[in-house]
Amino acid sequence: MARAVTQQRKIINTAAAWGIGLLIFFPILWTILTSFKTEAQAIADPPIFLGFDWTLENYSVVMERSNYARFLWNSIIIAGGSTVLGIIIAVPAAWSMAFVPSKRTKDILMWMLSTKMLPAVGVLYPIYLLFIQLGLLDTKLGLVIVLMLINLPIIVWMLYTYFKEIPGEILEAARMDGATLKDEVLYVLTPMAIPGIASTLLLNVILAWNEAFWTLNLTAAKAAPLTAFIASYSSPEGLFYAKLSAASTMAIAPILILGWFSQKQLVSGLTFGAVK
Amino acid sequence: MGQIQLNQVTKSFGDVQVIPPLDLTIEDGEFTVFVGPSGCGKSTLLRLIAGLEDVSSGMISIDGADQTMTPPAKRGLAMVFQSYALYPHMSVRKNIAFPLRMAKMDQAEIDRRVEGAASVLNLADYLDRRPGQLSGGQRQRVAIGRAIVREPAAFLFDEPLSNLDAALRVGMRLEISELHKRLTTTMIYVTHDQVEAMTMADKIVVLHAGVIEQVGSPLELYRNPRNTFVAGFIGSPKMNLLEGPEAQKFNAKTIGIRPEHIGISADAGDWEGVVGVSEHLGSDTFFHVKCDAFEHPLTVRASGELTMSYGAKVFLTPDQAHLHRFDDQGLRLG
Repeated sequence: MARAVTQQRKIINTAAAWGIGLLIFFPILWTILTSFKTEAQAIADPPIFLGFDWTLENYSVVMERSNYARFLWNSIIIAGGSTVLGIIIAVPAAWSMAFVPSKRTKDILMWMLSTKMLPAVGVLYPIYLLFIQLGLLDTKLGLVIVLMLINLPIIVWMLYTYFKEIPGEILEAARMDGATLKDEVLYVLTPMAIPGIASTLLLNVILAWNEAFWTLNLTAAKAAPLTAFIASYSSPEGLFYAKLSAASTMAIAPILILGWFSQKQLVSGLTFGAVK
Repeated sequence: MGQIQLNQVTKSFGDVQVIPPLDLTIEDGEFTVFVGPSGCGKSTLLRLIAGLEDVSSGMISIDGADQTMTPPAKRGLAMVFQSYALYPHMSVRKNIAFPLRMAKMDQAEIDRRVEGAASVLNLADYLDRRPGQLSGGQRQRVAIGRAIVREPAAFLFDEPLSNLDAALRVGMRLEISELHKRLTTTMIYVTHDQVEAMTMADKIVVLHAGVIEQVGSPLELYRNPRNTFVAGFIGSPKMNLLEGPEAQKFNAKTIGIRPEHIGISADAGDWEGVVGVSEHLGSDTFFHVKCDAFEHPLTVRASGELTMSYGAKVFLTPDQAHLHRFDDQGLRLG
């Protein structure tokens, strides 16, 4: 009997997991489907699920009208650059917090996290003015810096959690073996924290890729990433759902593929330390 | 060379002073064991010598040079940790070679030394494995290998055997002693196990609450413990420490008599008692005897042949020549 019950539970759990999974995925699926419809079918009522005339017209129009490659390149530079710069700054910060904590370390960590709770729009004006003064408006460098600063608390927190799991004795052993601080971080700490650093990297590339507020407000044409590319198709003067969907699909495709191939790494990284 | 001198060294964590002012000299080539119950400051003392902790005051000199402020990497000491502290992402070869790589030694010399250490420690077949693929004993050997390739001024061992099982521990104990005889390098070894201290040390430093209770050779400590703490700590099973009127007969607050220095007889003797639990080891038998004269039962060692049933009446006679007398402060008399 017990066996039958567990079997039944298993089926229910599996069905529920699939149900929730599909529910979360549905908007993305709908966007992808809409991107293959004509504009008329895209706004048809009742909505058409699969029985429409599949067309690639939207994609060709989008490719014709805007320079997808440039937006993509900007996204890669901004998301990749801000993440790499963030990691370079966060590794020493997390090292000191994890291995030579002071009385205030916990407070600093909490304070860093609290900055994430500030509404971004609250600092838009000062940052905008700063960007004008520094000539950073509509530059990739400017966005790399802003997105790095925005995600830095998360990067530091994640690395801090991974570093905490590394036994301090191993670092002490390195010190006894004649390693300088640089050697210790480079040859011992970083290689041991590779899984953690990799998942931090991935998560932050995704966060930076999807970031829309700053990328839309601080760019015009030159440094605009894919978020601006999507936004340019949501025009108030006409309904272009199908083209908007095609643009969205093209914008999320790279990150979707990256996430798909690294999901195992991502999940194990995000749950790291939770079970120990 | 590896003479280490501590001069009025203290260590405090916040307001808590774990090591009050302490002086100690460890001679070149000596095998010194720091022994004491957990929390006595023995590991802290070792970490101060290593440079992994900073002294609160005082001076540490190695071969006559003041090294108090020198970072651990520059002191020329090697350390073996309780948890082995191997680098899990490196092969055994790279683990052993790491200190040499840090010293920017040339590759041919590194290879020569690593091979040498591996053959001494029977690790030659495991050089390309990762630490995770080795047994506890092998890991400890790798940790020792990593220490010896540097040819340090002194080795520091922090309870290196406590993660090993009993049988392996005895084997490794011999190997480390053997290594010391061969290298004749200064070794400082921290343990809470007085058997390790007795069997390995040239010199034992007994620590209690950060204070050195006694320094001496194993047999000095065994024969002439300076106070009741050392008397009770060194020797296994423990020395019987007895108080009361029987102790006063010897003009002492406390008398100490080791289990092996008490005669046991069914017919006659100084103290009458009742046999409690007996532990038969084969070679020896330990009887726990409750005497009316004393609050706590006494441990008595007898030949392995002797058997006494639980509750049997016996007489105990201490060997006067081996009786230790202690005063009100627990200090040795006479």
